[in-house]
Amino acid sequence: MTLIVSAIGQGLIWGLLGIGLFITFRILNFPDMTVEGTFPFGAAVCVSAITHGLGPAEATLLAFFAGLLTGLVTGLLYTKLHIPILLSGILVMTGIYSVNLRVLGKATVGLLHKKTLFSCSFLTSLPENFPSVFVGTAFSVIVIILIALFLNTELGQSLIATGDNEKMALSQGINTNDMKILGLMISNGLIGLCGGIISQNNGYADVNMGIGTIVIGLAAIIIGEVAFGNLSLTVRLIAVVIGSILYRFVLLIVLKLGFGTNDFKLISALVLAICLSLPLFEKKFKTSIILKKGVERP
Amino acid sequence: MSENILEMQNVTTCVNEGTSEEKEILKNISLNVKRGDFITLLGTNGAGKSTLLNVINGSLSPRSGSLKIAGNDVTKLSVVKRARFISQVFQDPKAGTAPRMTVAENLLLAKRRGQKRRLKLRGLNNALPEFSELTKKLPNGLSERLNTFTGDLSGGQRQTLSFLMATMGNPEILLLDEHTAALDPKTSQQLMELTQNTIEEKQLTCIMITHHLKDALKYGNRMIILNDGKIVLDKSGKEKDNLTEDEILKFFTN
Repeated sequence: MTLIVSAIGQGLIWGLLGIGLFITFRILNFPDMTVEGTFPFGAAVCVSAITHGLGPAEATLLAFFAGLLTGLVTGLLYTKLHIPILLSGILVMTGIYSVNLRVLGKATVGLLHKKTLFSCSFLTSLPENFPSVFVGTAFSVIVIILIALFLNTELGQSLIATGDNEKMALSQGINTNDMKILGLMISNGLIGLCGGIISQNNGYADVNMGIGTIVIGLAAIIIGEVAFGNLSLTVRLIAVVIGSILYRFVLLIVLKLGFGTNDFKLISALVLAICLSLPLFEKKFKTSIILKKGVERP
Repeated sequence: MSENILEMQNVTTCVNEGTSEEKEILKNISLNVKRGDFITLLGTNGAGKSTLLNVINGSLSPRSGSLKIAGNDVTKLSVVKRARFISQVFQDPKAGTAPRMTVAENLLLAKRRGQKRRLKLRGLNNALPEFSELTKKLPNGLSERLNTFTGDLSGGQRQTLSFLMATMGNPEILLLDEHTAALDPKTSQQLMELTQNTIEEKQLTCIMITHHLKDALKYGNRMIILNDGKIVLDKSGKEKDNLTEDEILKFFTN
């Protein structure tokens, strides 16, 4: 039971990373590798801020701004210097590793006996693992509402149009480069925020904690889509968070099957590969029809 | 207010600039377009018709020459900045609309063409009555599909939508790049009629590329033929009305 609650809590918090990635991967329609640098950057900034005496709320906010900054850098490399987006992301992700070491001072910094978002008296009174469910739900709800509202503004619609049909967006007078930068900033802001919250939940920040995060985010998006199909944008944001929780359940099952946590990255990659290839299998073998028949036949 | 909505002075463009493959596409073209002109633009493949439109809409900057729209020098302005004056319908029905946005959302984007996009709610519901009114007049039942994703529309519906989007804001100049070429004859005919009626009703200035000699003769008050980057024929009014297919065809044999 505690394992399931823990999976839900982790899924909810990591859902923020999924939503961030959704903005670039699905709305702007390009893969942003910055994630792997932004996530530990958010964590490093947050932990460093707390160890330097800042309150947890301010530290978490700083993690968000740290993400905005990495998104801005990637966006400028991509739109102003015309470096392909994949490479822009990889450059920032690589460069930020050194910055993270500078910010933290060493590879790992713990938050033992420091005040975090999770140490307020209400949360510590909850049973084990429930604090992360509470914090995760609160942040997910706020972020989904804000992003859904934003996408319904004139600016948000321009962002969607940019990802949908750039030629058309340009001819409507939408500055698509600005929109790409804006999208990258919001996306990475959320990812930095996620890094900040996760570091407080784990009680430490580590320079290597970004490895594989892009797969975790993509898994949340894809599992959400496979499970819920093509829906309106707002509902798709919710689907990402649910996908993130489902992904944690998959890991839980894998753990129960006797694999170790060291196998997680391989399993994650496999899960993502399977989910991404589902449409092809669907087309080739009509799996859904076969499945339906299997159910119908006594 | 200047009578010429578009003034093009000695425009030359070229591809592969600075290499041995350098080739001039438009050669020292000067062109004045009067407010209310409906120009049909003809020419063989490679004559520079699309290049001419690209120079006007700003997606291509000329090597030399200048361009004025409504008295403003726009030579250095980007596509985005020129969107205030110009709208365009492309040949490819997919090019003019955003597929994962609904018909109404696309119309809303077009309604703000060239304006600043703010952090302000888009106001889709307030605009719906206006949009259903606008689409009612159109062929192929767009008015019942305001909430359909444009990716799910037929090519004809999409192109009709693109045309509506291009004309709803009364652009200073409307550019049509073979906008009926990808459609079946009947739909193509419908869209051409809609084009004619809209331009007349709104008194728009329009440059239309076409490969149909009959359309080029039937529509518009002025005809321009491009050949090898130069204007080889430019007739308007009575002179244009008196042109025949045979006379035009002469310009295509080279």
